[in-house]
Amino acid sequence: MNLRLEIVPRTAPSTQALMMVPAITIALSVLCAIVLFTALNHSPSLVLYSFFVEPFLDSYNLSEVLIKAGPLILIAQGLAIGFRAKVWNIGAEGQLTIGAIFAALIPITWPQSQSALMLPVMILVGGLAGAAWASIAALLRTRFNASEIIVTLMLNQIAFQILLYLINGPLKDPRGFSFPQSVPFPEAAMFPPLVEDSLLRANMSIWLVLLISVLAWVFVARSFAGFRLLVGGLAPNAARYAGFSANRAIWISLLAGGVAAGIAGVGEISGPIGKLQPILSPGYGFAAIIVAFLGGLNPIGIVLAGFFMAVIFVGADGAVLAGIPASAPVVFQGFILIFYLASYTLVNFKFRRVRGGTV
Amino acid sequence: MDTLVFVLAGAFATATPLLLAALGELVVEKSGVINLSVEGMMAVAAVIAFVITYTSGSHLLGFVGGALAAMLLSLIFAVLVLVFSANQVASGLAVGILGLGMSALLGRSYESFTLTAPAKITVPVLSNIPLVGPILFQQDLVVYLTIAASAGLIWFMQKSRNGLVLRVIGEDPHIAHNLGFRVLRTRFLAILFGGFMAGLAGAYAATVLTPVWSQGMIVGRGWIALALVVFGTWRVLRVVIGAYIFGALLLADLAVQSLDIGIPSQVMTSMPYLMTILVLALVSRDALRIKLNAPVALGENYRPAH
Repeated sequence: MNLRLEIVPRTAPSTQALMMVPAITIALSVLCAIVLFTALNHSPSLVLYSFFVEPFLDSYNLSEVLIKAGPLILIAQGLAIGFRAKVWNIGAEGQLTIGAIFAALIPITWPQSQSALMLPVMILVGGLAGAAWASIAALLRTRFNASEIIVTLMLNQIAFQILLYLINGPLKDPRGFSFPQSVPFPEAAMFPPLVEDSLLRANMSIWLVLLISVLAWVFVARSFAGFRLLVGGLAPNAARYAGFSANRAIWISLLAGGVAAGIAGVGEISGPIGKLQPILSPGYGFAAIIVAFLGGLNPIGIVLAGFFMAVIFVGADGAVLAGIPASAPVVFQGFILIFYLASYTLVNFKFRRVRGGTV
Repeated sequence: MDTLVFVLAGAFATATPLLLAALGELVVEKSGVINLSVEGMMAVAAVIAFVITYTSGSHLLGFVGGALAAMLLSLIFAVLVLVFSANQVASGLAVGILGLGMSALLGRSYESFTLTAPAKITVPVLSNIPLVGPILFQQDLVVYLTIAASAGLIWFMQKSRNGLVLRVIGEDPHIAHNLGFRVLRTRFLAILFGGFMAGLAGAYAATVLTPVWSQGMIVGRGWIALALVVFGTWRVLRVVIGAYIFGALLLADLAVQSLDIGIPSQVMTSMPYLMTILVLALVSRDALRIKLNAPVALGENYRPAH
C-alpha cells in the first residue's frame, strides 16, 4: 500500500496559517543558518548572539538598526505594491543609485548653501529620478512587451556603471586624495540627527519612512486604485473583464517602486554616507524583496519585517568582527524567502494523507 | 586584424557559459517552468568548481562538483514549485539569492587565487588555415562539446519523442496529463537539467574562461542567459547565434579598452547590459511571434486534479 501526502486547496485562505507563516519561516531559517555555520566551524551560540542579541545591547547598535530599517522598509513598501499586482521590479538597487545621483547634484552644485529647502528638494528630485529610471522598464514592458524582470536587473548594472563614471570623472572631488567620491555634502543637505548632540548616526529620515508606510497602507487597504492592482495580480482575466488597465498597473507598480527606492537613495547620501561613493547600499534593493514578502506584502507587516531584517544587517556587521563572513546575511535572506514561500502554501492549501494514486 | 581575430576567436569561449546556461533554461521553460535562479546557480557552481579544481588539480572533478552543486539548488527550486506550488518568479529569486550568498560565503578565502586553464586543442592542419583556423580550430574542449550539445538538443527538441512530450507539457499540462504523460516528473527532470547546465556554465566561467576567483564573478551572465532564451524565441539554433553575438560583445569591451580610444571603460562595461535590454525589447515587441513561440503554460504551476 502506498501512503503519501497530497496538497489540496482550502476552500478559504486560513488566517491562522497566515499568522503562523512568519514565525515558521524565521524559525526554520535560523535553524538552517545554525546548521550551516556550525558546518563552517563557527560556534552556533556566537552566531545567534551576534545576529539576534548584540544589535539590541547598546544605543549605538539600536541607532544602526534604525539606519538600516529605513531604506529596507521604504523600498519594500514600493516593491510590495508591484508584487501584489505581479509586476516584478528587481531593480530597486539601480533606482536607489539613480535617485541618489540626481539628488546629489544639488549639494554638489551648491556646496556652500545653507538653504532649508535643499533637503526637501533633494528628496523630491531623488524620488522623481528613481521613478524615471524605473519608467524605462515600464515603457519597455507596456510598449514592447519586454520582461520587466530582466530589464530592471540590467538597469541595475548600468546605473552602477553611471555612478562609477561620474565619481571617477565629472563629479569627482578634486581634493578627495584621488578617491572615487564626490565632495562632502553641506549640513543643509543632511537629515538632522534623531538624537541631538550625540554620536549616534540615526536620523530623522525614519519618520519619513513611517509616514510613507502610512501612505502605502492607505493606498493598499483603502483606495480603489490599490484594489484594482490587487485584482490584476490575483485574477488577470477578472481585472480585464472589469476594465482595469493592465498597462496602468505596470506603470503604477514600477513608478511606486522607483519613487520609494529613489528616496531611499537620498536617505543614504543625506544620512550615513554624506557624499557620493562607489557603494551606496549594502544590497538594500534585493533585501527589500525579502522584506516585502516576509511582511506578507502588507504595509504594517513590512515595517515589522524591515526591522527584523535590519537587525540581521547590524548583527552581520558585528559578526564580521567575530570572524563570521560578511555574506552571511545574504544566505540568511535566501533561507527566509525559500521557507516563506514553502510555508505560505499552508495558507491556501492543506496536506491530506492519501492512499495509492499516481502523480 | 589581430583584434578582429581575437574577438571572433575569443567569442566562442565567452559565449560558452552563456550558451550552456541558456540551453538549460530553454529546456526548463519548454516544460512550462521559468527558473530565474540561473545567476545564483552559476555562482555556486563557479565557487565549488574553483575550489575542487584548486585542491584536486582536476578540471573534470571541478565540473562534476559544480554541476552537482547547481543541481542541488535546482532541486530546492523544484521542491518549492512542484511540491509546494509556490510562485515560480519568487521561488527563482529566492534560490538565486541563496546561491549568490553561498557563493560569496564559500569563496571568501579563495579571493584572487588562480588556476591554470586547460590547454586549447589545436586541430592539426585545419588550424593553419589563415583567419578561419585560429578562430574555429583553436578552442578548448568545452567549446566543442557545447556546440555538440546544441546539435544534440536540436535533435532532442524536434525529432525525439521525449522532446515532443516536454513541449506538450509546456503548452498544456492538463492535456498532457490526460494523454498519460507525467507532468510533474517531466518538469522535475527538466529543472534538474537546467541546474546541471547552469552548473557547467558556472564551472566553465570560473575554471576555464577566467580562472581567477573573485566574488561576483558571474556579473549578470546568468541574467543574460535568461534574456537569450527570449531572444532566441525558445529555438535552440537562435539561442546559439544569440549567445555568440553576446560572447563577442562581452569581449569587445576588453578589445576597445586595449585600443584606448577614449571611450570611458564604464560605457563599454555597460554595453552587454544595454544590448540585452535593446534586443529584448526588439524581439519582444512582436507580441504575435512571442505568443507563437513561447510555451503557453510558461510560469503556471500544475497540480494534478484528483
